[in-house]
Amino acid sequence: MSQAMDFLLWTKGPMFTIAMVIFAVGLLARLVEIFVLGRATNYAEPRANEWLPGFRTVLTRTVADPGTFERAPFNVVVGWVWHIGFLMALLLFIPHIELIKGVLGISWPGLANPVIDFFTAVTLLSLVATLVHRMAHPVKRHISTVEDYLVWTIVFLVVLTGYLAYHRLVSPYPLALGMHILCAEIFLIMLPFTKLTHIFTAFIARWYNGAAFGRKGVQS
Amino acid sequence: MATPTRPDKTLGESLQDHGLSRRGFLKLCAATASMMALPASMVPRIAAALEQAKRPSVIWLSFQECTGCTESLTRSHAPTLENLILDMVSLDYHHTLQAASGEAAEAARLTAMEANAGEYLVIVDGSIPGPDANPGFSTVAGHSNYDILMETVEHAAAVIAVGTCAAFGGLPQAKPNPTGAMSVMDLVKDKPVINVSGCPPVPMVITGVLAHYLTFGRLPELDGYGRPMAFFGQSIHDRCYRRPFYDKGLFAERFDDRGAKEGWCLYRLGCKGPTTYNACATMKWNSGTSWPIESGHPCLGCSEPSFWDAGGFYEPVSVPLTANPGTTLLTAGAVGAVVGGTAASVAKHRVKKANADRQPVTVEALEKTL
Amino acid sequence: MSAQESTLSLERGLAAFRAEIDAPTAAFFSSCVHCGICAQSCPFYLETGDPKYTPILKLEPLRRVWEAEFTLWGRIKRLLGLEQKVTDAMLAEWEELLYDSCSMCGRCSLVCPVGNDLAYMIRKTREGMVQSGHAPEGLINASIRAVTTGSPMGLQWKTLAVQIKHVEASTGLEVPIDKTGVDYMVLLSSMEIINFPEYLEAITKIFDHAGVTWTLSTECFEATNAGIQIGNKDIAAQLVERVVAAAEKLKVPNVISPECGHAFTAIRWEGPNLIGRRYPFRVFHIVEVLETLRAAGRLKTEGKETDRLSMHDPCNLARKSGVIQQQRNLMDLVADDFVDLKEHGRYQWCCGAGGGVSSNERAEPLKMAAFKRKKAQIEEVEPARMVTMCATCRTQLEEGLEEFNMDIPVVGLTEMIADHLVEKDATAEEEPQA
Repeated sequence: MSQAMDFLLWTKGPMFTIAMVIFAVGLLARLVEIFVLGRATNYAEPRANEWLPGFRTVLTRTVADPGTFERAPFNVVVGWVWHIGFLMALLLFIPHIELIKGVLGISWPGLANPVIDFFTAVTLLSLVATLVHRMAHPVKRHISTVEDYLVWTIVFLVVLTGYLAYHRLVSPYPLALGMHILCAEIFLIMLPFTKLTHIFTAFIARWYNGAAFGRKGVQS
Repeated sequence: MATPTRPDKTLGESLQDHGLSRRGFLKLCAATASMMALPASMVPRIAAALEQAKRPSVIWLSFQECTGCTESLTRSHAPTLENLILDMVSLDYHHTLQAASGEAAEAARLTAMEANAGEYLVIVDGSIPGPDANPGFSTVAGHSNYDILMETVEHAAAVIAVGTCAAFGGLPQAKPNPTGAMSVMDLVKDKPVINVSGCPPVPMVITGVLAHYLTFGRLPELDGYGRPMAFFGQSIHDRCYRRPFYDKGLFAERFDDRGAKEGWCLYRLGCKGPTTYNACATMKWNSGTSWPIESGHPCLGCSEPSFWDAGGFYEPVSVPLTANPGTTLLTAGAVGAVVGGTAASVAKHRVKKANADRQPVTVEALEKTL
Repeated sequence: MSAQESTLSLERGLAAFRAEIDAPTAAFFSSCVHCGICAQSCPFYLETGDPKYTPILKLEPLRRVWEAEFTLWGRIKRLLGLEQKVTDAMLAEWEELLYDSCSMCGRCSLVCPVGNDLAYMIRKTREGMVQSGHAPEGLINASIRAVTTGSPMGLQWKTLAVQIKHVEASTGLEVPIDKTGVDYMVLLSSMEIINFPEYLEAITKIFDHAGVTWTLSTECFEATNAGIQIGNKDIAAQLVERVVAAAEKLKVPNVISPECGHAFTAIRWEGPNLIGRRYPFRVFHIVEVLETLRAAGRLKTEGKETDRLSMHDPCNLARKSGVIQQQRNLMDLVADDFVDLKEHGRYQWCCGAGGGVSSNERAEPLKMAAFKRKKAQIEEVEPARMVTMCATCRTQLEEGLEEFNMDIPVVGLTEMIADHLVEKDATAEEEPQA
């Protein structure tokens, strides 16, 4: 009879634990799998130390070079917009900060809800734009796999259900909130096994890239 | 209360007997209308209906409860408890309020049930140890709560579960639920059950539901939890006077900080207003004096199912219920590292083997492919 | 080795893919989000418009092996029978993608938003292609010639000896051969010897001018490495060993790689790893050596080129080896009106011929298509001549510009410097002998 509240408590309780465990096991397994492989010793005389160029690339690769921006402005801009919007909603919305504090014990200041609301709306729109682009652009359409659409769907659902819950557009609210939490949990569960891993591995990849080029005297 | 029931008397007659003026009666009707969120144009209809209505016989059963619901009821101000008991219903059985005791009290219940079979209302407060639980956990006059409930409901017109214990199991049902407590709707499947949840429920909501029943002769529109929409249709959050602060992102973070003093939103202090549906924000308590959030305390969400198990009262709604999430995360991470390490070692071994077994490409081999 | 063992096969290819997978590869594949930005950096995609040339897609064979054998999820998928297998037919299809349409220019490695070093993985994937018998005929022949004759073009020392005679006759200088204890051992590329004999003459003059002691080796004059281009360690290592043996024999502290892009990356960056040890000498590209001489004031020049000059940075030299400013300093020395192409240095565009594409006759149409990107860049700045420092690039530029009827000659930087040296007698007495 009390499905909505039971559903919410299930998503906040057992399901959250399950998602968190699968996420942590999967992610750590993934990361260890990468690092254990290691790199062969490099005997070539380096022009520079790898560390600094590696870390520099971790940062600089966030911004596209001017030529790439000119050739793929839509890709670059929309990619930026939705990533920023998503990260702002994820990390600066007060209830999310409380969640992180509850789990990890760390917290930081948040943003006013209307600001987050605005960014969430922008994120939703830009996500739709990325989907249209993926289906319309010859390269993206050609290289897209089922996984790409699956990941898009879950990311979109996470943001959409969050938006619906915040605006209380689904009744009763425990159902709306429960759906949002469940989507976020599916996202967490999928993360270590899909391209969502890039959330973590992109920084490792960038470092390896920057280190390889940096050692040869090129800031990549 | 010990007076014999007179179910044949209409409400209008009863009111006149008690010297209620026409003006006073209409006032009562207007209060009822506004309470149920009905338009003022409905007042004459309510008056007409109430005048003709027969005062129903009401049997009030108290099980695993704390009498808080009755305490709440006695603080109802529109209509007052006196109005309710003397004018609107014939309250034939109620442990706390009835003068009779012992055999006489139980006899009153049985008499009322017999005289009004099929028409009487049963109000329940408190949860019930279910059929599978030890019947001795809670008894009245030597009978288990379960038996009394099932016996009493059998010929009732409807059941009103007052308070969260009766409606959803409440505190007795909180984990680990030692008495096997169940709600009325868990047990009563063949009669209409109205839930008036809250710990305790807003007093006017109890009387309001009765007034509605008398006025329209049927049960009010209910939400998914069997609660009257008129009172439980909107969440605390949606009607909260502190809502603008939530929208602006202004939150009290401690009970003694600036935000608390300025009356900002109590979300971060654990307010369950967003997930709670009740009339507190509009009807308030103690004759409309105040309500918890107005007095500076976050809503506990007492009118919702499982509210005792829905996380700490001072934990925000968004905080998961997992105990020691950090430890769980770390443990799972460690397990993952071991799993990944093992898998990767196997893979790395394969790389090494592939390298060791590697056959060099020779010119002869290349020539063969041409 | 039995006949059976010496046959290239799918199994050997898969084993080679397996052997190539390391932490960076795993991190790269884990990070790809299929954004398609790499295609926007690939001249082969941009100039053909065919999405199959998207760089990340060229790595699909390697990616499949990684997913199935190096990830938890991949192993689960494998157990469920959902593995995407690498088949012989697939590799046959991918041969064009990995060789004909990739010059390993590394531009995609520089723009990938998640930081994937795609060129690094192309190099690895080619290892599996060779082992599975799916390398292009042109590159196989070049590799066989390189191993059997010492030159991918089958060039013999006697041909070079004729060139040396010509150079000595026209300059009046000696071209040192097999001298021990000199500063530099000079390597050449067959392409230069045949197409651009000016190079040997130029360095002879410059080194004489700057008082640099150097030598050629009769045991190894070839700098290029067909093994790197085809993507096979065994052949590549054999060719590197020849250079190392020659340099060790002559006891030189430095080896100079000629105006050739891949030869430099092969000997400079891959070589030590191919043979599994550090060199007892250092390796420089000729441009690096010239810049060192210039900075030390050992290049005395007179007069400057007055026509509008622009420059093509070879991918291997600029983006993949960090030699970018050196050639510009040298240009300033001898050119009045030098203008860079819009995207240059580490963001330069490939000429389209590198990475073995020019040795792969089948890839000719794609090579010319990719050149259109360079052509558009050149048209933007409208130079009178182009300068470069890689024989492969130079040949491609010359052929391409001719194909499109653009009257823009291409010159090598080294010979241009040589043309501006002041007459020797003025400085001869002061030359320090290092």
